[in-house]
Amino acid sequence: MDVSVFGGLFDSSLRLSIPLLAACLAGLWSERSGVVDIGLEGKMLVAAFAAAAAAHASGSAWVGLLAGTGAAVAFALIHGFASISQRGNQIVSGVAINMLAVGLTAIVGNAWYGQGGRTPPLEGAARFDEIFLGHSAPVFLTLLAVPVTWFVLGKTRFGLRLRAVGENPAAVDTAGISVTGLRYAAVIICGVLCGLAGTYLSVGQSAGFLPNMTAGKGFIALAALIFAKWRAWPALFTCFLFGVLDAVAIRLQGVSLPGIGEVPVQAIQALPYLLTVILLAGVIGKAIPPRASGSPYVKER
Amino acid sequence: MFPAIELKAVNKRFGAVHANKDVNLTVERGTIHGIVGENGAGKSTLMSILYGFYEADSGEIRVNGKPISIATPNDAISAGIGMVHQHFMLVEPLSVVENVMLGAEGGFTLRAGEAKVRAELARLAQDYGLEIDLDATVGELSVGLQQRVEILKALYRGADILILDEPTAVLTPAEADALFELLRALKAQGKTIILITHKLREIMAVTDRVSVMRRGEMVASLETKDTSPPELAEQMVGRRVLLHVEKSAREPGAPLLEVEGLSVIDNRGVLRVANASLTVHAGEIVGIAGVAGNGQSELLETLAGMRQQVLGKIRFEGRDIRFEEHNPHAMRKLGVLHVPEDRLRMGLVPAFPAFESAVLGFTDDPRLGPGPLLDHGRMIADLSAKMEAYDVRPPAPRLKSSKFSGGNQQKIVLAREIERNPKVLLVGQPTRGVDIGAIEFIHRRLIALRDAGVGILLVSVELEEIMNLSDRILTMCGGQITGERKAHETDEQDLGLLMAGVTERAA
Repeated sequence: MDVSVFGGLFDSSLRLSIPLLAACLAGLWSERSGVVDIGLEGKMLVAAFAAAAAAHASGSAWVGLLAGTGAAVAFALIHGFASISQRGNQIVSGVAINMLAVGLTAIVGNAWYGQGGRTPPLEGAARFDEIFLGHSAPVFLTLLAVPVTWFVLGKTRFGLRLRAVGENPAAVDTAGISVTGLRYAAVIICGVLCGLAGTYLSVGQSAGFLPNMTAGKGFIALAALIFAKWRAWPALFTCFLFGVLDAVAIRLQGVSLPGIGEVPVQAIQALPYLLTVILLAGVIGKAIPPRASGSPYVKER
Repeated sequence: MFPAIELKAVNKRFGAVHANKDVNLTVERGTIHGIVGENGAGKSTLMSILYGFYEADSGEIRVNGKPISIATPNDAISAGIGMVHQHFMLVEPLSVVENVMLGAEGGFTLRAGEAKVRAELARLAQDYGLEIDLDATVGELSVGLQQRVEILKALYRGADILILDEPTAVLTPAEADALFELLRALKAQGKTIILITHKLREIMAVTDRVSVMRRGEMVASLETKDTSPPELAEQMVGRRVLLHVEKSAREPGAPLLEVEGLSVIDNRGVLRVANASLTVHAGEIVGIAGVAGNGQSELLETLAGMRQQVLGKIRFEGRDIRFEEHNPHAMRKLGVLHVPEDRLRMGLVPAFPAFESAVLGFTDDPRLGPGPLLDHGRMIADLSAKMEAYDVRPPAPRLKSSKFSGGNQQKIVLAREIERNPKVLLVGQPTRGVDIGAIEFIHRRLIALRDAGVGILLVSVELEEIMNLSDRILTMCGGQITGERKAHETDEQDLGLLMAGVTERAA
């Protein structure tokens, strides 16, 4: 193998890891504030659809990004309303959002375009161009989100409060800070990042929306989040690792390995999932989630 | 000069519960003011109103003579009111500095504020002896130090008036004394302190004035030097109560429960009980004194069969308990009954009606119904009789367990265990969160049981309770039994030293 093969592998790994990374950071913001979000998948999906539809209509990928982000934030606010204001069960709300997203994108897509839920293929400025080293703008936006997340969470007033609210909201409340406000802020940031993830899928990586095109990436992102122990830099490495596995899996399809023969496609495709299970089961040690994640804040009497 | 705090006709309702009824309170500047009352008397509600956690339905609050409205904790903080909550409001994974800064960071990034916090905390450390490692993770500090962080938080925010809610519940006697020293030092600097407690000894030791609450009303406000614990207790309960239950001397009988070299590891792999040995004789109350979290709970749970020891032997009536029979069911069959520490988590099922909670652990008793069936009529009649004997209020067997007050829940659990004729009764925190009136009843009952020849192992973090009830006292610290005393040959200071781990040899 020569250098260009490795270079190609690196590039495709990066490309595959970007949606995971954006979704993983989205989950990081939400969960560090104490709101568990298994609706990453659904938010990515609506973002992917809205972005493709808007890019198609306007002919601009950036308008697509705006629409995708808007759609994901809207869904994030539904989750926020259910789990922060109404103190509902966060898992139930997340599941509902996932189901709603699958159904809604398929039905609306079919009604608008009549192509089995697909959006029309995007061309030219309706897709993100490669701007640097063969990668498009959302890739760099997502990569930039890593140090920004690290800095804001670790080094700023807002970050300190957000971390505190995910661990002990009562402490934040007694310090005279609004628990509700902080959690909504986190949920909105989560929506923005999901929007970025979804938009990249349909307007960057592919040239249009396909039904259910997220294919479980939102859940892999959650696994990566646990693996990264809810921290930004480890999230980057974890997501890249998953990206590498994905890329390798694609390359190994149909390749005959010495001593084994041709490996079934399904076995290769299962690799990232298998690795997730193994890693989560023991290799990484104990991952302790933010203490208050999953529980709505109710003032005690 | 205006008083630091004046409350006038403050009212607060939670649904049907009138938690504060026309409460008036005046706290003079530069004094330590105690507020006592039973659980549910409305002390915490009143303080939550003062700290902006709840808003009063009606009434007036004046701070330094100025009427103000306190709608959020922020309003309270800017009025110079700080609060140290009973359950600390700390973020455990964060450092001391970060906890102190939270809500008062002093800028968009943390860096600028941090220098200020460090300088200010250094000054406070010097003024009041409040030294602490600023970079330590709060969750890894001892409870006493965590409380210090809470106090520092309030002082850093410029609190002039400091409210402390049950601050000594988690402290050793020595730590409590240190806290009182600190409160006196703060008072000398002109700070005003409101101390909420149910321990009358502390009121007498440290306060200038004391106000008593009963069922949402402020029933008395007295100069501490003009009152006495029995008077305060009477005001709290509304009738005369005996603070000390009389008990006659009694020679213990044969050894019932013997423990030799017991070591217990918890599910995180931490050694909780280390090489503990003890004996409980018939007709004797053995008290285990210690600050919460020093292995007493694990020891009790192991003896009840809820945990397995890794080393050591347990003998009952001279016979070794085999591994297979070391489980709660078999231990109960043998006559080792258990009143667990946490009645809401282990003693009863809060969502069950009382008559169902009252048979937990005994559901295979044929008297409760034929075969697999439970005869509700019989269960209800049975509990009705017990409720009368134990003065449970309201005497309503069908009421949900969670609807009873702490004292009445405890009586239901006690009745369930005691009426099964134990040979040995393991009792954890029998009066935690229980009113004074019910405490008296529970103490009498335990002593009657001892007089009837039952061996009782009592675990309590209330030193007074241990000293009142026990014939023999063991102290635990860090999982080890650090000392043994006859109850009439020791005092609080002596036990306090043992509880702090100062063993006989070192002393």
